Amino acid sequence: MVTYPVFIPLIPLASFAIIVFFGKWLKEKSAWVAILASAASCVLSLRAAWTVAQGGSFHQSFNWLMINNIPLEFGIAIDPLSAVMLFVVTFIGTLIVIYSVGYMHEDPRYARFFAYLSLFLFSMLGLVLSSTLVQIYLFWELVGLCSYFLIGFWFEKKSAAEAGRKAFITNRIGDIGFFLGIVTFFYATGTVRFADIRPELIHAHAGSAVLTASALLLFCGAVGKSAQFPLHVWLPDAMEGPTPVSALIHAATMVAAGIYLVARLFPLFHAFPDVSQVIAIIGTVTALMAAFFALTQMDIKKVLAYSTISQLGYMTAALGVGGMTAGTFHLMTHAFFKALLFLGAGSVIHGSGVQDMNEMGGLRKTMPITFWTFVMATVAIAGIPPFAGFWSKDEILVRAFESGHRIIFWALVLTALMTSFYMFRLLFLTFFGKTRGHLHPHESPLVMTLPLIILAFGSALIGLPGSPWMHHWFQNFLAAGHPEEIGMNSFVVTISIATSVAGFLTAFALYVLKPELPKRFAKKYWVLYEASKNKLWIDEFYQATVIGWFKAVSKNAFVFDAEVIDRTVNEVGLKTISVSRIKNWIDQYIVDGLVNLTGWTVRKISAVLRLIQTGYIHNYLFVLLLGLLVIVFAVFNI
Amino acid sequence: MHLPILSCLVFLPLVGMILIMLVPRGRDNLIRGIATIATALVLGLTIKLLAAFDQTQSGMQFVEHAQWIRELNVFYHLGVDGISILMIFATALLGFLACVASFGITERTKEYFALYLLLETGMMGTFLSLDLFLFYIFWEVVLVPMYFLIGVWGGPRKEYAAIKFFLYTLAGSMFMLIGILALYFNHTPHTFDMIELTKNSFALYFQQLVFLALFFGFAIKVPIFPFHTWLPDAHVEAPTPISVLLAGVLLKMGTYGFFRISYPILPQAAHWFGPYMGVLAVIGIVYGGFVAFAQKDFKKMVAYSSVSHMGFVLLGLAVFTPAAMNGALLQMFNHAMITGGLFLLVGVLYDRAHTREMDAFGGVWSKMPVYGSILIFISLASLGLPGLSGFVSEFMVLMGSYPVYRWMTIASCIGILLAAAYLLYMIQRVLLGPLNPKWSRLPDINKREIFTLVPLMIFILAVGVYPKIALQYIGPSIEHLLHLLAGKIAA
Amino acid sequence: MSIPLNHLLIFTSLLFLTGLYGALTRRNAVGILIAIEIMLNAVNINFVAFTSSLKNTSPELGQVFAIFVIVLAATTAAVGLAIVVAIYRNQKTIYTDEIDLLKW
Repeated sequence: MVTYPVFIPLIPLASFAIIVFFGKWLKEKSAWVAILASAASCVLSLRAAWTVAQGGSFHQSFNWLMINNIPLEFGIAIDPLSAVMLFVVTFIGTLIVIYSVGYMHEDPRYARFFAYLSLFLFSMLGLVLSSTLVQIYLFWELVGLCSYFLIGFWFEKKSAAEAGRKAFITNRIGDIGFFLGIVTFFYATGTVRFADIRPELIHAHAGSAVLTASALLLFCGAVGKSAQFPLHVWLPDAMEGPTPVSALIHAATMVAAGIYLVARLFPLFHAFPDVSQVIAIIGTVTALMAAFFALTQMDIKKVLAYSTISQLGYMTAALGVGGMTAGTFHLMTHAFFKALLFLGAGSVIHGSGVQDMNEMGGLRKTMPITFWTFVMATVAIAGIPPFAGFWSKDEILVRAFESGHRIIFWALVLTALMTSFYMFRLLFLTFFGKTRGHLHPHESPLVMTLPLIILAFGSALIGLPGSPWMHHWFQNFLAAGHPEEIGMNSFVVTISIATSVAGFLTAFALYVLKPELPKRFAKKYWVLYEASKNKLWIDEFYQATVIGWFKAVSKNAFVFDAEVIDRTVNEVGLKTISVSRIKNWIDQYIVDGLVNLTGWTVRKISAVLRLIQTGYIHNYLFVLLLGLLVIVFAVFNI
Repeated sequence: MHLPILSCLVFLPLVGMILIMLVPRGRDNLIRGIATIATALVLGLTIKLLAAFDQTQSGMQFVEHAQWIRELNVFYHLGVDGISILMIFATALLGFLACVASFGITERTKEYFALYLLLETGMMGTFLSLDLFLFYIFWEVVLVPMYFLIGVWGGPRKEYAAIKFFLYTLAGSMFMLIGILALYFNHTPHTFDMIELTKNSFALYFQQLVFLALFFGFAIKVPIFPFHTWLPDAHVEAPTPISVLLAGVLLKMGTYGFFRISYPILPQAAHWFGPYMGVLAVIGIVYGGFVAFAQKDFKKMVAYSSVSHMGFVLLGLAVFTPAAMNGALLQMFNHAMITGGLFLLVGVLYDRAHTREMDAFGGVWSKMPVYGSILIFISLASLGLPGLSGFVSEFMVLMGSYPVYRWMTIASCIGILLAAAYLLYMIQRVLLGPLNPKWSRLPDINKREIFTLVPLMIFILAVGVYPKIALQYIGPSIEHLLHLLAGKIAA
Repeated sequence: MSIPLNHLLIFTSLLFLTGLYGALTRRNAVGILIAIEIMLNAVNINFVAFTSSLKNTSPELGQVFAIFVIVLAATTAAVGLAIVVAIYRNQKTIYTDEIDLLKW
């Protein structure tokens, strides 16, 4: 029996197919197909989420492949976690598809863009609904593919094409870890079904080195997809894609897939404190590092990209310190306000035509809707109560504080401070002061501002279900009846609010009151400034080591192939020819020589003998007579 | 009526060849028509065969058995089972599609299609024979037309490539012949029958020697590192349709030989050589990937990618688990579809631009949108994107090989990464980036060319989404083979 | 009253030698043929002479042989002359020192 959740991913797939095959005729109408499809999925998702909230669940599968007589399933499963993701993906997805109608207006490959978006939605929903590790891997790669296509959407631009490739390859590195993780997990436990990954199963294999390795490898996948250190380098470059794509894929949904995976496998990671430790450390390092990079970026999308990396690091850290609901909560709130930030940035780019903040400034008058929605998002991400970001960030900080990892806690606090600072910096540089470039900005059309407004409400309100005001309804829902202990820690709350305000005040002082100060700071602390601006030279380091090494190996392998292996083959051939030449010589002068010598001798002898043959008949007669005489004399003995 | 379907498969192309030889020179359309009809009939018969094939049975089906040379105990013995059925289908399909793709050949058309059909007879015969003598004959029958097809209709260095291919493969088949004769004389009563030979158990050292001899013959054909260098040369010089058959079918004859001859007849030796084959496989996977990345010539890159991908077949053979064996056999089929498609695509581009230098292109996608999309689709299949067929077989092989050779499996994963690297690099250089103004008048792929590619894409997608459609044919036979192997190895 | 055998033998020997001499020395092929005929006739006379002088043999025996030889000689002459004519047609000569077709 097929239940309606099956259609949640299938509707966007149908939309993709329709646009691919009929896009030529549909043209502008392709957008409507995509919008309708995503809206339909959204409605179905909400219905499914509602059912799950009532305590229901969905599970449906069929056998896809047999591995050594163990069946691999393919199916859909909806539990609270995937219900949350479904809601986030379809809701934000629909808004962004609508937004794209305005943003991609007049693009020559308009229809194709919506085809990709539909394909992405299909893949992402498939990922969220996956019931096994193998299936999630399958869709994991598919979303990566969509990301590749969409980053390189304007492929005529060399940088865009290269960014797409970089994203795909970097993700592949993580995915190989993920893949090996699946294989090892399969052989360690005999299952890849999420439904089987329960604490009991993991405890049965407690202390297993293979399972530890497996957990680490699985985390590699998340590191790649969620752009965690050291595989974070692809995400800033991914900003080459159209802005709605950055919002949907590289901020709200796809990059969160890594977090989703870790949350999905939480029982596994939780059972191995060492692995959790690694996750927490990587998350914290990423959060801190990316926030540091974001401080000095001048490209509006790059700031947001590093901010995304930083926030993803936050979530990872939360999961690492045991805050499964905290991380997921932040995932959801972040999806809203970061999507809003990107769409707002898109609106700014669309309205002003530039992406560099050096050219902007004072846009709040010409783009009021964009400005006010952007303010909402900034306040949300900076963690000002009661906006969404405050609740989720606060919960993460509480988790970190309670876990006892003091360094992680303070690092996250520092990150929060920097986050608040760079976000307000962005806001002030873009919307306040005077316009620095020669721009003719205008407000974006309604089709773009409407999603902004909706998301602004979302950013303001989406945190409430997880707040103490609603008795942590969200966390209880997610934990499905096993609520985690959620304490309110007044110390942490104070610190959290203080950092947010401090960030705001610093930014205000530096970029509104005394705009000449930043340059002087940059000069004075040039080491820090350059390190941040150049992102610690990590890209250059990779270029010089891993990529350089890779290219060298490849080149040398080819040289080896041509100069050693193929040379050997050719040498064997040539040597055979040389040997044949010698044999030929022997044959010609010795073997054949002997034959010729025989003939020559016979000829020489017969040259003498032939003289007897005169051809004159009388000579013959004379010889005949002589012969007769000889016989006669011989007979008669004379 | 009882139709000897397998004989028809083998000899229909030969009939076509004779008909073509009767047609006067110059009537190109008639010649093409005959060749297309002959290959289409073979394809039709193969589909009929697939429909009539009993998927639950592990043994030989549609067997044809007749005495041929009584004194030597040689039989005309044909049959099909799960191991060969997919290769038969791949041969028929690619044979037909490459024939359609051959319409571009305008020079010496009569000879071309005559040789082409002879080649198809040889390929079909190789996959269908159950008698080593017959197998060897068909194996050699493949060589001769291939030599001429490369040597006459090839590129600038065609003579070199053709002779290299011919001599290299011939050297391999010499060893193979020795192996076959050794089997023949060491079995009482003397027989060439493959099924009969599986029942005997030879001593281990004898098995090893024969295995090694056969290995050379098969390894050169696959080609397994370090016997692979004929492949890039032959591919680069061969005309497009011939490259398709070379990559799609001829390479598989080597791995098929392992499945059909080496493994069932010499199980202990196969087990003994397993680790070494695994090592060669991993070297091939990684090394082929690295070398492919360094290529500037499109076709050469695809050729080296074949070395890498065929490594997975060998890796699957090296371990004796059902997943890996099924995966290896499936990989043979998938690689035929994917690489066949890639070579067709290279040909499409070459026909228009007359160069294969990847750096010479750039931004072609905006000029050839359909072509670009198809190229990306098939490249994605080749780099193992889930949902397309390449992933399934590589996944199965790796899944199957992990419990046996853990580190080799991990090393092979680098090959997957490399595939992404070189294929995306290719896509970037050819399709993406700013349009090279030189190609601003490039026409998009035409209907005939699309026709040759669509069936391949359908199979790539279908097997990728639902692998059972292919696996259901091979499962029982592989199980049977593994059962046989397990019994022999344990003994 | 009969002629003694000795005389006859001396005569036939001379006749034979004459033929032999002619056969060896003549350049003309026809001449050689005539000389051979002469030698045959010398032999014929010998046959007849011996058969008539020997008492215990039938006198017809030698004569039969002589006639046999004459017939043979006639055929030899016919064939020989035919060859000579053929040679003449081809070589425009019948002088044997100008004909050396048998030479290697």
